[in-house]
Amino acid sequence: MSAPSVTEQPGSAGPRPPILEARAISKRFAGITALSDVDMQVAPGELVGLIGPNGAGKTTFFNCLLGMLRPEGGTVTLEGRDITGLPVYKRARLGIGRTFQRLELFSGMTVREHFLVTERARRGTGRLWKDLLNLAKPTAEEQDLAENMIELTGLQAEADKAVESLSLGRGRLVELGRALMTQPKLLLLDEPSSGLDVRETAGLADKLAAVQAEREFAVLLVEHDVEMVSSLVTRLYVLDFGELIASGPTAAVLGDEQVRRAYLGDM
Amino acid sequence: MTAAAPPLLELQDVEASYGPFRSLFGVSFSIAEGGVTALLGGNGSGKTTVVRICSGLLHPIGGQIRYQGQDVTTQRAFRLARLGVVHAPEGRSVFSTLTVEENLTLTFRQCFGRREARAALARAYDLFPRLGERRRQLAGTLSGGEQRMLSLARVLVRAPSLLITDELSLGLAPLVIDEVYETLATIHASGTALLVVEQHVRQALSLADHVVVMGKGRVQLSGRTEELGDISERILPAIHGERASGNGRGAARA
Repeated sequence: MSAPSVTEQPGSAGPRPPILEARAISKRFAGITALSDVDMQVAPGELVGLIGPNGAGKTTFFNCLLGMLRPEGGTVTLEGRDITGLPVYKRARLGIGRTFQRLELFSGMTVREHFLVTERARRGTGRLWKDLLNLAKPTAEEQDLAENMIELTGLQAEADKAVESLSLGRGRLVELGRALMTQPKLLLLDEPSSGLDVRETAGLADKLAAVQAEREFAVLLVEHDVEMVSSLVTRLYVLDFGELIASGPTAAVLGDEQVRRAYLGDM
Repeated sequence: MTAAAPPLLELQDVEASYGPFRSLFGVSFSIAEGGVTALLGGNGSGKTTVVRICSGLLHPIGGQIRYQGQDVTTQRAFRLARLGVVHAPEGRSVFSTLTVEENLTLTFRQCFGRREARAALARAYDLFPRLGERRRQLAGTLSGGEQRMLSLARVLVRAPSLLITDELSLGLAPLVIDEVYETLATIHASGTALLVVEQHVRQALSLADHVVVMGKGRVQLSGRTEELGDISERILPAIHGERASGNGRGAARA
């Protein structure tokens, strides 16, 4: 692996032990190296960004952290526990939430139903036979939690509308709310501003910053909107061709010559 | 291009709907031969509906569309494509079970014939070197941004009469966006008129000689770029549906 152009000391994720630690993650697709010995640490409550050119391996890295892909090498630990071999749903219950690069909502379901289903999935209390017999009505507690999330995301006006009738910007908020319903300790956001206009992007960033400040979960953000990245995260990692080429404080990394050459250009 | 030149494409009082939902209300503007028009506006303002109408993917319920002086209001998309209208749609449109090279070859043989297809392939790889590196990879296994490059490469190597691009920069890294816009400038220099739909306002305005701002299915503002002055005075407020200037964050990103 090439030496990072902006270096940081081990443990610079903060004095607290990291909530997430990825060590030497490697992944290949049909002989093509997608990730090569990628290391990352995220401290509890920390806002960290992951940037890089298209095809650098950012989404692949997300999928390895979540268990949607199995890396050929390396380990992932969450709060000191090795989760490398765990399936996706167990990692989600341990506290990793995510949103997707392209909106992945459940067509035909309302915003409220998205939140209710997520709450039941988080607890693992859903039973197919109850669904079939129509005995699976949401409890008062589940309703309250969903209502709180509707308020938190500001989706009151759309709460009982089918998600396919919503604009992309509102859809992104539904995804964010659904991820927050899992009560994540670490939230992975994959290009949340993609397809949003300037105003929607600013609204999403403000909402995210407010909710994060209140709930203090850690965030790992993949994003091409440099404005959003620099306003939200305090540390940055840069991937290029599956290798980390830089990491460190946001401003230093964005000012780094190698990062500008590989990713930013003449901004 | 002078203002006196006859329009290449002209929309007159165009109305459109999706089922019971009206999406365009009396939209009129024209694109000059060899000109560059930036079509701007927030999400849901009707931009994509306008470009779908311009390329024949959607037929208006009212109004008229003329292309090179000919009424094409009810013309189907493939006929407009043969007349020289090329549409690079939003999002990724790739054949996921074919390789990168197969995706490109399929399009290029159709457009240029077997002989010219290899030269077109070379131009596509020159434009997006990453695609050259991944030529034997299945398109479905590419990253989101690479799939976007692949769908753009299929249209950007051509020089049609009118190239319509919908959110070119979506999902692309900043460096690649710069390169794509340089390519657009080259295509324009060869005589192609452009209709550019874009969220990155400054990027679009760097090319455009004419601006149309949409809001709630209507044209809110249109005119020659130099006549509209500084973008924060009239263009950004029109995009944001405001009377005052846009906020600092929006202006900065735009």
